[in-house]
Formats: sequence, C-alpha cells, structure tokens
Amino acid sequence: MNFKLKDLGPQLITVIAVVLIFGFFTYNAQINMENRGIDFGYGFLSQESSFDVQFSLIEYDGSHSYFRAYLVGLLNTILVSVIGIIIATIIGVIVGVARLSPNYLINKFAAYYVEFFRNIPLLLQIFFWYFAALRALPLPQDAEAIFGVFFLTIKGLYVPAFIWENFNIFFYSIVAAIIAIIVIRFQAKKLQETQGKQIPVFLIAIGLIFILPLLSFLIGGVSLSFEIPKLKQLAATSFVYDGGLSLPPELIALTLSLSLYTATFIAECVRAGIQGVGKGQKEAAASIGLTPNQVLKLVIMPQALRIIIPPTTNQYLNLTKNSSLAAAIAYPDLVLVFAGTALMQTGKAIEIVSITMFTYLSLSISISILMNWYNKKIAIQEK
Amino acid sequence: MFKYLKQLTSLVAMVAVLFTFTTESMAAKKSKTLKNTQKKGFVRCGVSQGLPGFSNADAAGNWTGVDVDVCRAVAAAVLGDANKVKFTPLSAKERFTALTSGEIDILSRNTTWTLSRDADIGLTFVGVNFYDGQGFMVRKSSGITSVNQFKNGISACTNIGTTTELNMRDFFNSKGISYEPVAFEKADEVVAAYDSGRCDTYTTDKSGLAAQRTKMSNPDEHIVLPETISKEPLGPVVRQGDSVWEDIVRWSLNAMIEAEEYGITSANADSMKTSENPAIKRLVGAEGELGAAFGLDNEWSLRIIKQVGNYGESYKRNIADTGILPDRGPNQLWTKGGILYVPPAR
Repeated sequence: MNFKLKDLGPQLITVIAVVLIFGFFTYNAQINMENRGIDFGYGFLSQESSFDVQFSLIEYDGSHSYFRAYLVGLLNTILVSVIGIIIATIIGVIVGVARLSPNYLINKFAAYYVEFFRNIPLLLQIFFWYFAALRALPLPQDAEAIFGVFFLTIKGLYVPAFIWENFNIFFYSIVAAIIAIIVIRFQAKKLQETQGKQIPVFLIAIGLIFILPLLSFLIGGVSLSFEIPKLKQLAATSFVYDGGLSLPPELIALTLSLSLYTATFIAECVRAGIQGVGKGQKEAAASIGLTPNQVLKLVIMPQALRIIIPPTTNQYLNLTKNSSLAAAIAYPDLVLVFAGTALMQTGKAIEIVSITMFTYLSLSISISILMNWYNKKIAIQEK
Repeated sequence: MFKYLKQLTSLVAMVAVLFTFTTESMAAKKSKTLKNTQKKGFVRCGVSQGLPGFSNADAAGNWTGVDVDVCRAVAAAVLGDANKVKFTPLSAKERFTALTSGEIDILSRNTTWTLSRDADIGLTFVGVNFYDGQGFMVRKSSGITSVNQFKNGISACTNIGTTTELNMRDFFNSKGISYEPVAFEKADEVVAAYDSGRCDTYTTDKSGLAAQRTKMSNPDEHIVLPETISKEPLGPVVRQGDSVWEDIVRWSLNAMIEAEEYGITSANADSMKTSENPAIKRLVGAEGELGAAFGLDNEWSLRIIKQVGNYGESYKRNIADTGILPDRGPNQLWTKGGILYVPPAR
C-alpha cells in the first residue's frame, strides 16, 4: 500500500496540476470574454458566409454556410497535402537512391539538391516559386499551347476538361482490372511457393489495366471528348482562358515548393535506410544468384523500409502542417479560408482556432495511424 | 466616557467609509486603461503593416499617417507628449484580437465601422477619421474606364479579412458577373501579384488603392476607376467596457477636427488663448473645465493641436502632400462642402 502511494503520488500531483492550469486558463478566458461582451458558441457555422473562394473542390459560393467554407478549406488542404506527399515521395526516393549512385555526376547532383533545398526556409521557397512563376510565365494572350491543348499562363495551368459518356462503365472496367491483378498476383505467389514457377505478373498487370478500359471504349459505349480551353478577351490587354479546367498558379507553386522541400528530408531517410542494411546482406543475396534488381527488391528494400518508414512519417506530417503557409500566397487552404476570412468576418477567434487546431490534429493523427499500420505490417514478424 | 468613545469610533468609522467611497468613485472615473497608460508612460496603438498616408514607418522606424496621428493626439492629451506611443503593426486578421485581448488600447488601422463589428465582438468605434469607399484599380492599357466594362472570368486580387471580400461578392453578384477572387494575407503580396499580371483588377478601399499605387513598379500604368461600390467609414476603435477611455479617444479626434473648423493650427494655438470666441477659448483650454470630465487637465486639447496639429494639417502632411489623394473629397469640413461634422466640444 505504502509502496503504491509513493509510486502514484507524483503522477497524481502532475495530473492535478495539469487539470488546474488548464481550468485556470479556461476560467480566465471565460471571465475575460464575458467582460468584453464576447459570446461563445458554434452557432455561426450554419450562418451564410457571404464571401467567395477562388478554388474549391465542392460546389461553394458565398450563399453557403461557414461550415461549407470550412469543408472547402479542409479539402483544399487535403488536396495539396496528398499531391505534395506523392510527389515528395517520388522525388525523395529517386534522389535518395541517386545519392548512393557510384556515378559521380548523379551522386553530386543529388547531394547538392538536398543541401540546397533543405537549408532555405520553406516560406521563402514558397514566395520564390510563386513570384518567380508569376514573373516568368506568359500572360494568357502570349501563351504557347503545349501539345496544342495545355496552356501554362500567369493565371494558371489550363487543361482540357474531360467530357465522358457512360463514365461508370469505364470506371467499373478499371475496378475489374485492379481486382483481376490482385487475384493474379495472389495466384502467382502461390504458384511460386508450391511449384517454383515464375509468372511475369508485372507485364500481365500492365496489359490488363490498358486492355480492359480499352474494351469499354470499343464495345462498352464509353466515349470521351475534350473541352479545350479557349482564349477569351476581357479588355484590350486582359485575357483569360474559358472552358477546360484551370489549376491556379497558387496551387502549383505551393505543391512544387512543399514537395521539393520535403523530398530532401525523405531522400535522407531513404539513404539512411538503404545504408542501414548490412553490406553482407547484399553480398549474400548476390552470391546465391539473385539479379541486382532482385537483390534490391527482395533483400535490401524490405529491410530498408523498416528504417525508412518511421522518419518518413514525420516528413509527411510536416508537409501537411507546412501546407498552412499557403495563406501567404493566396491558396485557399483551411488557414486562409477558415482561420482567416471566416475568423475575421465572425470574430469567433477561440471557436475557429480551436476547430482549426483540432482539424490539423485529426489530419496528422490519421496519417500517423495509417503509417504506423504500414510500419507494423512490414516489421519483422517474430514467431 | 465610554459612551462617547463608542460614538466617536462609529463616527470615525462612518467618515472612513464615506472617504473610501469618495476616493473609490474618483478612481472609477479614472478609467483602468487610462490609469495603465499613465503608469506605463506610453499609449499602445495598433496600426497597419504599412499603408502610406495612414500608417507607415520610414527607414528609421518613425510612424506617420492620419491613423498614426489619432494615437499621437491621445498620447498628447493623456501623457503630454505626442511621441509617447508604442506602435504595433497588425494584419487585418490580427487586429481585433489584439485589441480585445488587451495587447493594444487603441486600434487605429483604416478599419471600417460596421454594425456587426461594433455590436458583436467586444469593440466600440469612436468616430470616423476618413470617409472612404471601395474601388477598383486596373491597368491603363486594358482600356477599361468603368466597372461596367468588367466581363465574366475577371480575376480580382484583394486582402483577406476585410469588408472588401464581402463588398466584392455583393458587387459582382449584383452585376451578374462571374469572377475569380485571389485573396492574400498581406497587402504587399496583393500588390506584387496584381503588378505582375496575375489579376486583372485590384480592389480595396480607394484610399488604399491610391496609396498602394505609389508602391507599384510604374504607378502611371494604373488607374483607379471612378465608381465607388461601398461606404467605408474608417475610424479608431477601442475595447468595449471602458467608457472614459472611449471618450478620451473620441474627443481627441473630435478636437483635431473642430480645431480645423475654428482655424486653430499648431502654429497659432497659443495665441488663440486670447481669442474673443468662447468656443475657441474652450478648445485651447483658456475657458471652461472640459478636461476634468475625463480626469485630464484643461490643456489636453491645446497639447493635441500644438503637437499633432488640426485635422487639416494632418491630412495635408500625410495624404495631400505625399500625392496620395490631393483632393479631400468627402473628408472636407462640412462648412466647405465635405461631410466632416463633429459634435461641439463644450
């Protein structure tokens, strides 16, 4: 009993102290807000927002509610984070492997890239890409078409919009192809384990993913046409592209800077992971007759991934949180739309900041859980 | 003997109670913000991050502008020295939180007086030091001379966290024009983006447009369209709940405007003490006890006029002479065709 109390005492005191401090601040905030005539509540979320947003994945304009504006900001944050994570991972892996290349030029190039981009503050890089892009890109009327259909201008990248007929059939054909590939992979693994036969799964997968959708065009009645952006004159020297899809330069600059910055850290994680696998593993694998590709795929990577995943998770989290710097260059993310404009229009600082913090927390924790699950999956299965 | 002693003690107690009561009510008159300001020795003033003519810091860190002058006037009235002001540059987004949380005591940052701001979020607007309205700037080469020439698909650069975003939506909706709002957190980025051609038009308060135009790489290439799409009365703001401080700020501004009305300037203020006009004499502290009402001395307004100048001097120094808006427009005295009209200081 005595022993337990001694053990519990400090922890209990800590808990009480934390609760007291938190309670003190809450109480103070309440009193202060009351004194200044500010009332607290989340009722504003259903009110009409009456401001427009430049870029939105869901239908939105000022006649929608503040909650809808919150969703717009949240989806924009998720969009830039997801694209950023994918691009950063691709660049990171390539550069990380390149840093270990015996080729002097590739090796040094990768090293300089990493040292350059990770040592400049991210906000500066965002400004650099944004304003450099704005200075360097042509005005809409001067833009040259890329492949005749893409237009990269100061007002954004205009791409043809897809106009589908029977899109669902096309979609199902892709789903069917993916399911088929999974089944074939499973069978191939079984075949190799039981009979030692190898099937070129990769080639079959590529074939399936092209052939099935192609069939949906030929016999499924799917058709696709493009709406190509057209130049439209607004005033004597003012032009814009009409029709098609437009990706604002803010999104492009933000994605580019976030990926290039985060990729440097991921590259270092990858390098550390590969170097962390003992040299003997590689030599042993080669000595039993595996090809260099097989050595990398079957021996080095599975072990390296265990070292790479945990620190890379941190980088994914950083990228997601860093996307809040978007406000500086007018990309309408959660911070700009919700913790910016909506906060200003309603004056509900505590409510909105708390919602925003909670949202980022949830986003980060979701990424963490996903990555931890993956990490567990590839960890050594001790029997 | 004991009987008297008892009576005496109760008398003393009564006097003591009465005395504390009177000192209490005197102290209550001196507002908390006023007391703190006098204790600190400077006025804490929130200004913009740099808007020429309104609040702008030079290379040496000296702030100038008509918004700055409001804070200087309060410092002159309360502390006797117009230079005893600590300026805090704030973004549009931060400004109200800074005021309600007590980080600053006056917000003088080209802030539009609206019902929801005044009523909702613990703020009190004390007056108007600049009558403004939202307008549009375009490139001269575009050939646009009126907002009626705007077409679907126009992109408009602006700041977040201002009434501008709301007015812009109202305006484009009423015209039935689809537009692309590009909203930045800081004015410098808005200007840079518009200047580079990202947007076809730049919209904010007309005074702001005029001021920012001077920052462009080539100011002559841009024009401000004649239409005004909103009312934007800009003025200083204080926290709700300190009515004495509110009165001090309100009347510091009013004193500057009224001084112009009576022709009292920083140069002639002292000689005006012998004026025949009682209104003038009250304003320079030679008659009446106006300052006592706020717990200030009688020369509070004289110090404002001598150290900061009247409203006309402030306007000329900051906005007219710098070439931002040489024409005073609505910001002229009511006696000269404008709408500047303040209640009498008496």
